[in-house]
Amino acid sequence: MTIQEVHQGRLRSPFYSRLAALDTVNQWHEWKGYSSADALYCEDMEYFAIRNATAVFDLTPMTKYRITGPDALDYINRLVTRDMSKIKPGRVAYAVWCDDRGQVIDDGTIFHLKEGEYRLCSQERHMAWLQTAAIGFDVSIVLETADVAALAVQGPTSFTILSKMGLDGLEGLKPFGLMNFDFDGADLMVSRTGFTGDLGYELWIEPGKAELLWDALFEAGKLYGIRAMGTHALELARIEAGYLAAYEDFLPADATMRTGRTRSPLELGLGWLVDFKKPNFNGRRALAEEKRRGSTWRLVKLDIDGNKAAHHSYIFAKEKGNKREIGFVTSAAWSPVCKQNIAIGTVRMPHGAVGSNVWVEIYYQREMHWSRAMAKAIVVDKPFWFPPRRSATPPGPY
Amino acid sequence: MTDKYDAIVVGGGHNGLVCSALLARAGKQVLVLEANDQVGGAAVTREFADGYSVSACAHLLYQLQPSVRKELKLNPKLAAEDMTTIALGENGEHVRIQGGKVLGVSDADAESYRGFHKRMTRFADLLRTYFNKTPPRLGTKDFQDLKTLGRLGFDLRRLGKTEMREFLRLIGINIHDELTERFESPLLKGALSLDAVLGTHLGPRSPNTIMTYLYRLAGDHGRVASPSGGMGSISDELAHVARESGVTIRTGMPVSRIVIRNGRVVGVETESGERFDSLTVISNADPKQTIMQLVGARHVETGFTHRVHHLRMKGNAAKLHLALDGLPAINGLAKKDFADRIVIAPDEHYVERAFNPAKYGESSPEPVLEITFPSFRDASLAPTGKHVLSAVVQYAPYEFKGGWDDAARQAFEAATIRAIERFAPDITQRISASELLTPADIEREFHITGGHWHHGELTLDQFLFVRPVCGAAQYRMPVDGLYLCGAGAHPGGGVSGAAGRNAARAILSREKAA
Repeated sequence: MTIQEVHQGRLRSPFYSRLAALDTVNQWHEWKGYSSADALYCEDMEYFAIRNATAVFDLTPMTKYRITGPDALDYINRLVTRDMSKIKPGRVAYAVWCDDRGQVIDDGTIFHLKEGEYRLCSQERHMAWLQTAAIGFDVSIVLETADVAALAVQGPTSFTILSKMGLDGLEGLKPFGLMNFDFDGADLMVSRTGFTGDLGYELWIEPGKAELLWDALFEAGKLYGIRAMGTHALELARIEAGYLAAYEDFLPADATMRTGRTRSPLELGLGWLVDFKKPNFNGRRALAEEKRRGSTWRLVKLDIDGNKAAHHSYIFAKEKGNKREIGFVTSAAWSPVCKQNIAIGTVRMPHGAVGSNVWVEIYYQREMHWSRAMAKAIVVDKPFWFPPRRSATPPGPY
Repeated sequence: MTDKYDAIVVGGGHNGLVCSALLARAGKQVLVLEANDQVGGAAVTREFADGYSVSACAHLLYQLQPSVRKELKLNPKLAAEDMTTIALGENGEHVRIQGGKVLGVSDADAESYRGFHKRMTRFADLLRTYFNKTPPRLGTKDFQDLKTLGRLGFDLRRLGKTEMREFLRLIGINIHDELTERFESPLLKGALSLDAVLGTHLGPRSPNTIMTYLYRLAGDHGRVASPSGGMGSISDELAHVARESGVTIRTGMPVSRIVIRNGRVVGVETESGERFDSLTVISNADPKQTIMQLVGARHVETGFTHRVHHLRMKGNAAKLHLALDGLPAINGLAKKDFADRIVIAPDEHYVERAFNPAKYGESSPEPVLEITFPSFRDASLAPTGKHVLSAVVQYAPYEFKGGWDDAARQAFEAATIRAIERFAPDITQRISASELLTPADIEREFHITGGHWHHGELTLDQFLFVRPVCGAAQYRMPVDGLYLCGAGAHPGGGVSGAAGRNAARAILSREKAA
């Protein structure tokens, strides 16, 4: 057995030199072993770049697994709740996977790279679960996080910038589609995916070409408002887009100890991802039972009165005279682009039907003193931010 | 063309036969498909040398359940009943154990053994009550489950405070500690150690060996019998009863897969490509083979697959068959003693030492043996004047380092014969033919994963509510229409028929409820 040198301490992404050059606030956090920037100069400006120009996010620390082998499709089809046989090569699927109790372990995107070859991307790491799920299947699962450098290029001018960079034919790429290009002799994969709910792409390349790609991208984007961004700006954008985040809007079932703290996909508003026509997948029996009996929780998107963000607020059925809360907010923000006070929360059934009103108890501090407000909220079903350009093919120039 | 049945039983072991007969009596069209040419699974009699026959795997009857006997009106012919266990000692000073009586030990030991046996049989009775019941699920509101659980609690409490504490103290611990506290006779301690570890991958110092000892007692208070015509006669009688009840039994039909469509069982397919349809398939195969091979991981969920995959079921017992020109001479044994059960386990350390190499994939240089001479009372098994020796030999680990090739088999056989020779010096001259079945051979011949005759180690984590695995202890597997009826299900192995009977009852009561 050969002993492999393992990097000690926090890893730096292949884009680190470029990020560091733009960094003025020195605000970093750890993401699965990597340094990841909260913000690089100003999180508000970075956020506005997403919505009004183009923002670039270093996606390299995102966990990536390569799944191959004769049973790859059957394996993935049992792993996730949706029907992956419908996802052809060159397509990407958002998917969620559950344990035997039908409780969500994580969500992520699955790239059908070519016939029988997949890449699974998720925020958290899941090798133990993926290996356990592989018992009885002829598949190979390889962690390839460090072997692929990835950038999210998000915003209205992203298509124009990438076209300027020389990616011909990108106009035909539909949302959740994949294309491959030659970039300086290396394979550059571009997917029309993202976590911002806007027009945007994700770029995947070997780490050796990372800096070159960054430079070409920023050169092409110079006149189109390209900026680098950190996770704070992205977090705001994803709440506007109504996307869920692990450890915020749900807890990974395999990392949760208390019963009742996990959620099923039905309870997270992801029922559309659960395909009961598939004869078997992890959690199917439990989810079918849940469907029959009714869920305990419901995920709600809230449009709240006022402008005070309802971070971690309790949700009540009425303004006054409540015996107990019906749920709580898991993500909240004032949305600059929607000019709305928005939140994602979880409430007990049968509360929280779309169109119904609930009350959110917001605590806020003004010069040391705490105040409390009960704000009325309406449950909405659409994402707060869903511009037509997000799905227009070809995307218009900006 | 396919044939349609109300139920198909995969494997014609004794449990499969019991289950099929009970279902047929309830009016079902039942088909039993057996891979071998002979029904019975590990309860068969077969010729191993010209004119010499033997119970090829299980050779002693501990616990054919009275309920099974009664419901199927079985009347097995026994060649020997309530056999004495003779623990062979050097210089012909043997210890004889029968029920609560022991001879050849000090008065103190004899007295102590009486108390020990009384307590152990009382505890074993507690287990036995649950042998003929579907184990309850924990954490449900199902009335039947709660009733059984409540009854279990009540029965435990009814032992009285002291005895209940004693039961709870003993159930998880090793037998070695208990034996050394109570007894001085090495032979007695050796023989009881052997009883506790027979058929397991455990030594007398392994935790859980009190439980395996109780399991042995739970059958019929530890009384052993030897069926006339070998163990195959039990299976033959069961097959006869099943056929009489209308069951179709087809042998030489190995099932290659259980066919699942849209998440439910729809039938089975044999290796020859024949297809049989049924919405109920009952597997008499072990749980690992059933789920991992016959069903396939893709039809069940990850957590369940994981639990089944990790079932501990690596056999450690070999079976030795000797064709003898005549009975060997054993110092201190009268001729009539050859009708009994003879064990070679001179002391408790000897048994533990025999187990040591098994932990590292090696066989015991000085093995422990449970020996019978079935031909002694049953002349049909050997030519006139000649005899058959049938022995369970430990330890021969399934995962033998380097694999069980002929050289390894011969070496272990030689070690086994040396162990017998210590007490029967003329044994070698008597042998005209021999056969040694290692767990690898048992796996091949009887289609039991790991060659483990209990279809899974009988330990607390694979017992009662969690046998074979958590979430599937009620004979129903998590695929609609699929059931388990073999030793891998509650209560476990041994020719008892309990698992087969309980499975049939679970299937019928489920149907009634639906």
